[in-house]
Amino acid sequence: MAVFDQWWAAIQERSVAGTLGFWESIYKEIYLNFISDARYMNYLRGLRVTLIVSALAAMFGLALGILLALGRLSSARVGRFRYLSWAAGKYINIIRGTPMLLQLLIINFGVFGSVKMDKIFIGVITCGLNSAAYVAEIIRGGIQSVDKGQVEAGRSLGLTSSLTMRLIIFPQALKAALPALCNEFITLIKETSILAYIALTELTKAADYIRSRTYSPFMPYIISGLMYLAVVTVLTKVIAALERRLRQSDTGAGAR
Amino acid sequence: MRKTLSLAVGLLIIASLVLAAGTALAAGTLTMGTNAEFPPFEYVEGDDVVGVDVEIAAEIAKDLGLDLVIENMAFDSVIPALVSGQIDIGVAAMTVKPERLNSVDFSNTYYNARQACIVRKDGKVADEETLAGAAIGVQNGTTGDYAAEEYSQTIERYAKALDAVLELAGGKLDAVIVDAPVAQNILDALGNDDLILLDNIAFEDEFYAVAVPKGKPDLVESINKTIDRITQDGTLDAILLKYFPATEGEE
Repeated sequence: MAVFDQWWAAIQERSVAGTLGFWESIYKEIYLNFISDARYMNYLRGLRVTLIVSALAAMFGLALGILLALGRLSSARVGRFRYLSWAAGKYINIIRGTPMLLQLLIINFGVFGSVKMDKIFIGVITCGLNSAAYVAEIIRGGIQSVDKGQVEAGRSLGLTSSLTMRLIIFPQALKAALPALCNEFITLIKETSILAYIALTELTKAADYIRSRTYSPFMPYIISGLMYLAVVTVLTKVIAALERRLRQSDTGAGAR
Repeated sequence: MRKTLSLAVGLLIIASLVLAAGTALAAGTLTMGTNAEFPPFEYVEGDDVVGVDVEIAAEIAKDLGLDLVIENMAFDSVIPALVSGQIDIGVAAMTVKPERLNSVDFSNTYYNARQACIVRKDGKVADEETLAGAAIGVQNGTTGDYAAEEYSQTIERYAKALDAVLELAGGKLDAVIVDAPVAQNILDALGNDDLILLDNIAFEDEFYAVAVPKGKPDLVESINKTIDRITQDGTLDAILLKYFPATEGEE
């Protein structure tokens, strides 16, 4: 890093005097906000927290979302499951009808108001509970998009209704829902940035911290933004590959 | 079709840029940036931002013959907003610090403050020794934040000092470091008997001043004149008395 420090030393005096050229001032911004004092580590630590929270929240949200979707579709049932659809519908309505930032603040200052809890845990809970509502609707759409004849075929083969759901309907539903799910996961990654509000040092808060030390108006946000962009781009490519693999069975050319 | 569409989009972008530029620094006004989460220096009462700093800024604007406009923003955005020219002055209970002098200039100082440390009565922090390594809450970018770094690696940086104090009250932090007048004000407002101020930690003296973008000596000079005037004619004392009723009998 010595070379970067030398470049900075060469322009530092004129920086204070305010006579830097265009490219020099861009170098100054990058040097102060990324290189000096090993500040890139602040971003990387923040990125790690963002990735951990996103991954755990996505798993939690997917699991809970599937349960909610099944609950919502169980309206025909009686007895034990009678209130399941109603409760799932209400949950989805409340979560989708209120801002996630408010949910976060209520969970942090209300639900866990006087419990010492890891902020990452609170982030996973909040983002997971929120994401579950959206995942539930995506999965429900996927399940309902599967042709009714598939259920009839499964039942006429002697499968129980839950086996039909598990073995025949759900795999097809998941495949149909994959693009929308991908969309939801991308949204989730970016929405973890609201955790900065409860002082969890994820990627956005890391940028806030750097900015409060270097007083640069926006460069830390650009750097954080590029990191989000990189993560989302990689995720998009992975999901696209997965979709291609799943599409093989459509044409009949894939493995049987 | 495609051409019309891109033309329409282009026009929209230009229009929004023009509108955005129109809202920036209008002539005849003095735009003050502050963070109205810092009672009694700046806080929101009804629809208005009020407090010691607002009244001082009003005096500055009066002497300049300008109308005061208040921009309420995050504290850690005040200096960046000055650097990028979105506001004319920053009046936000801001301490003069060498780090900040790299980005902005300061007027003469108008208030002498110190940091204060709020802890729970039954908590683990009772003095400088136990503060070391404790979980400390601060407001991001404030002098309390800098001070906390002297004591601990475990620092949670909130956008509002009040949030940090609420987390302390909830047992999630061990201490909160914030400017003393603000600490007292928050404690009075909360009325929580579990929270106390430590008086055995020696923080440095801090001096508040008005922050001004680099390269505006005329503006600094006229602000200094206003500060001299209100210090001499008793206006500043009257303002401070108004917002610190507890000190009323002392003088």
